[in-house]
Amino acid sequence: MKKIFQNTEACIACNPRPATALSRRAFLRRAAVLSASGIVLLSPHAWAARSLETDSKRRLIVVFLRGAVDGLNVVVPHGEPAYYDARPTIAIGRTGASDGLIDLDGHFGLHPALAPMQTQWRDGTLAFVHACGSPDPTRSHFDAQDFMESGTPGVRTTQDGWLNRSLAAIPGTHGPTEALSLGPTVPRILSGKVPVANIALGRAAERPMPMDRPVIEAAFDKMYVGNDSISRAYRDGRQARMRLIGELTQDMTDANAGAPSPQGFSDDTDRLARLIGRDPTIRVAFMALGGWDTHVSEGAAQGQLAGHLKPLGEGLASLAKSLGPNYQETVILVISEFGRTMHENGNGGTDHGHGNVMWVMGGPVKGGKVYGKWPGLSTASLYQERDLAVTTDFREPIATVLRSHMQFTDAQLDRVFPGRPRSSGNVDGLIKA
Amino acid sequence: MVGEESKQDRILHVLNRLAFGPRPGDFEHVSAIGPERYVQEQLHPESIAIPGDLSRRVNDLHTLHMNPIALFIEYQRPINLARKDAKSDAGGDKASLKDATKDARIQQRVVMREAVEARMMRAIEGPRQLQEVMTAFWFNHFNVFAGKGLDLIWTGAFEETAIRPHTFGKFRTLLGATAHHPAMMFYLDNWQNTNPGSPGSKGKFEGINENYARELMELHTLGVNGGYSQADVIALAHILTGWGLPKPAGGGGGANRRPGAAGMPEMAGMFPFMRRRQNFMRPGTAAVDPSGFYFDESRHDFSNKTFLGHQIEGGGIDEGEHALDILARSPATAKHLSFKLAQYFVADDPPKALVERMAQRYLATDGETRAVLETMFTSAEFWDPRNYGAKFKTPYEYVVSCVRATGVPIRNYRPLYGTMQILGMPLYACQTPNGYANTQDAWLNPDAMMTRLSFATALGSGNLPLENPPFEEDAAGGGAAPRPEPPAVPRKGGGKVNINFDPAPHGPKMTPPDPVQLAATLGDYFSPATASAVEASPTNLRAPLILGSPEFMKR
Repeated sequence: MKKIFQNTEACIACNPRPATALSRRAFLRRAAVLSASGIVLLSPHAWAARSLETDSKRRLIVVFLRGAVDGLNVVVPHGEPAYYDARPTIAIGRTGASDGLIDLDGHFGLHPALAPMQTQWRDGTLAFVHACGSPDPTRSHFDAQDFMESGTPGVRTTQDGWLNRSLAAIPGTHGPTEALSLGPTVPRILSGKVPVANIALGRAAERPMPMDRPVIEAAFDKMYVGNDSISRAYRDGRQARMRLIGELTQDMTDANAGAPSPQGFSDDTDRLARLIGRDPTIRVAFMALGGWDTHVSEGAAQGQLAGHLKPLGEGLASLAKSLGPNYQETVILVISEFGRTMHENGNGGTDHGHGNVMWVMGGPVKGGKVYGKWPGLSTASLYQERDLAVTTDFREPIATVLRSHMQFTDAQLDRVFPGRPRSSGNVDGLIKA
Repeated sequence: MVGEESKQDRILHVLNRLAFGPRPGDFEHVSAIGPERYVQEQLHPESIAIPGDLSRRVNDLHTLHMNPIALFIEYQRPINLARKDAKSDAGGDKASLKDATKDARIQQRVVMREAVEARMMRAIEGPRQLQEVMTAFWFNHFNVFAGKGLDLIWTGAFEETAIRPHTFGKFRTLLGATAHHPAMMFYLDNWQNTNPGSPGSKGKFEGINENYARELMELHTLGVNGGYSQADVIALAHILTGWGLPKPAGGGGGANRRPGAAGMPEMAGMFPFMRRRQNFMRPGTAAVDPSGFYFDESRHDFSNKTFLGHQIEGGGIDEGEHALDILARSPATAKHLSFKLAQYFVADDPPKALVERMAQRYLATDGETRAVLETMFTSAEFWDPRNYGAKFKTPYEYVVSCVRATGVPIRNYRPLYGTMQILGMPLYACQTPNGYANTQDAWLNPDAMMTRLSFATALGSGNLPLENPPFEEDAAGGGAAPRPEPPAVPRKGGGKVNINFDPAPHGPKMTPPDPVQLAATLGDYFSPATASAVEASPTNLRAPLILGSPEFMKR
């Protein structure tokens, strides 16, 4: 859960969707400002039995890179001379150069700041889908994020998010910790019918809320005794809090667990892994990271983008490790609202573009491969002669994950993505059979 | 003759529905004049005096009284000019661009803060409560999102001039005011809606954008099943071509133009005429409405259209006015609006017969909101005791009603705004054009209950920094002042509990509400379970328990 009372107009004023900047300093500052308290979990008996009829532990984690990450510098098409022509100061050097790319398949290479993820690439649990994105032409962060979270590009009136609809499509009642959001508020992608538990980012996650005082709890307990929906919601919320307090007490007695790691993002991913390890009812989790809108001084192997990719790569690699056996049942998607211009601009940066790369990681993933249909970078093949084209609709890999990993039927997929495009075949085989 | 208990119920009912719950003294006032007269009083707000102190504080919010053009010149143009300068310098002075932009963004947040404060101080303290309820209702009906580009600086002005003055009048007037406001034109993209091939068509103004036309029918007037077709959407979009913002002087568009930074998309080249301000309203040029609305003939489709079975002769802006007339007079609109009003004021699933009578009154009065409200407020359905306390408060209603009940003076609205945000209902930040729902299924969930009770606990214990003006952002370029981490006190069991949420932990936060006064304000209206839990608790916990009681979750 979270806390209130501070994070105010800043949110609409500068950033309608709170996103986390990745530097460690930013993380710490955020933790101090938001000072929310955590919620959730543990002691896997209570509603494990109640919330889900199936005993599946299959999970989906979505990481949203808000601000439009430059996919062409994340998974670099180093086999295309046009790439180097278009980016005289921000291209990543070829494999073998100092600070050069990590070659993936002879045509694509990984940004060197993502070196920690080589482990997952080599063990075949990391894949990418390139030239992937939204069919909607918008270059507005607002609209594009909205569409990618609602899952209905071009339709503005959709109220809920596709991740929430994914849970809603699973039959049965839904417990209060099935959907987990790391951040101060419920994001668009998780808004909807199924209840969502929030935990704050950073140290704030481990701080209690004002009502977590036994005398207050006991008094409220006496008021919310009825069988009406408000009383039931209260009691569900209280159960979640009790599990949290149990976890907090446990952590406080364990010096290592209670101390935040110095890694910033890794700290949050470690906490997420711990929660998943202890609460089998968590089915989906979401976190957003900001700082990708690199209009100015993007940098190449070093610099702004590299500085953001490094903790992200470390955090994801760390998440893979700390999930332990749960990694085999978990798929992690990294998405961003659109890509950036192929040509660097006059400020050593890139502007809002179109196609991007989607990251897909986890035990069930048939990785070690860059999926998708590569459109090429010749001027004629670019979208509006300036951006990487979209050859795979972002809903397609997600639908594949839901179908092959979460075992959704077509009817369920239709509810998650109404009007979804027909399969292009571009991501066939993305999930192990 | 109604019994005493029933009279108490009726008093609380009108205060819960026509107001945001009772403030100290309200219960006595309604008791003295009777609920029926209270309804009439609230339907005619001009007869209710506004306290001088409240008027003064509202007047002091100076950006609230600026028109969109002035707001643009003051708060957006500096950013555009800095960008232009940075571009024209070879290499550009990026540091100064960054500083100028940062300062301007801080200033822009002041505009938003003042809009939030104006709304909340009137809702909390204002005696014209139905006016405040209806302002919130109509704003939500004609929602714009302050997080989208220029609407950050225009949303407050939109509410102040397009919504607030028209809450009780003819719906057509309200509809027209929103259609002529740049905040709406920008939010629903109609400022780009252009007849392809028209003389003014170029760059980003090159085609039809149906967004506003669709929402105008689906959300603002006819309703989703209001009997229009896709062909009507397209016809209306053509009718509304050229409705938008003042015309860029030259070029300005172009697919390859560098888009703006996050949150202020694509506005860098807009309004270049602003740089020669003295010219743009000179005699002989097309006058620019100070509201910032502009009809651009050069992008309009002057052909004849068929819209909802009506022939509309090509004639410029008059076509749009004609279309708005048709929409406002439609029985589908009468029904759609009546349903929404009855759902807000009576029950989540409003009685059909009542909705029908309201719709008839709407049509009979040519869409006069006050008359429709009167039909509702004098109906048997509104006064049916089964509907008392039947609406689960939205986060906005819960927060406002809590603060009203305590009567605590507010000088810092951040904790209230933050609470609404955590609960998923930040003011002026609903992204989708359909606005926030007001039904229980939208807002009741386990997480929300814990947050509400934590807010009730903090407010009822006097632990919110409501009486101290908030830390201001440092406009001199220092960014936000450092905020120390809230102090924590040792907790039994080894953990720590925050009891202080003060971002600036200096000086008194607020006076804790007196539970006896609080109970009296609410008419001492509690269930046996609540009453016994409150009585069994120490004095300092009684106010939190009252504010967190199940009955106070509802209205």
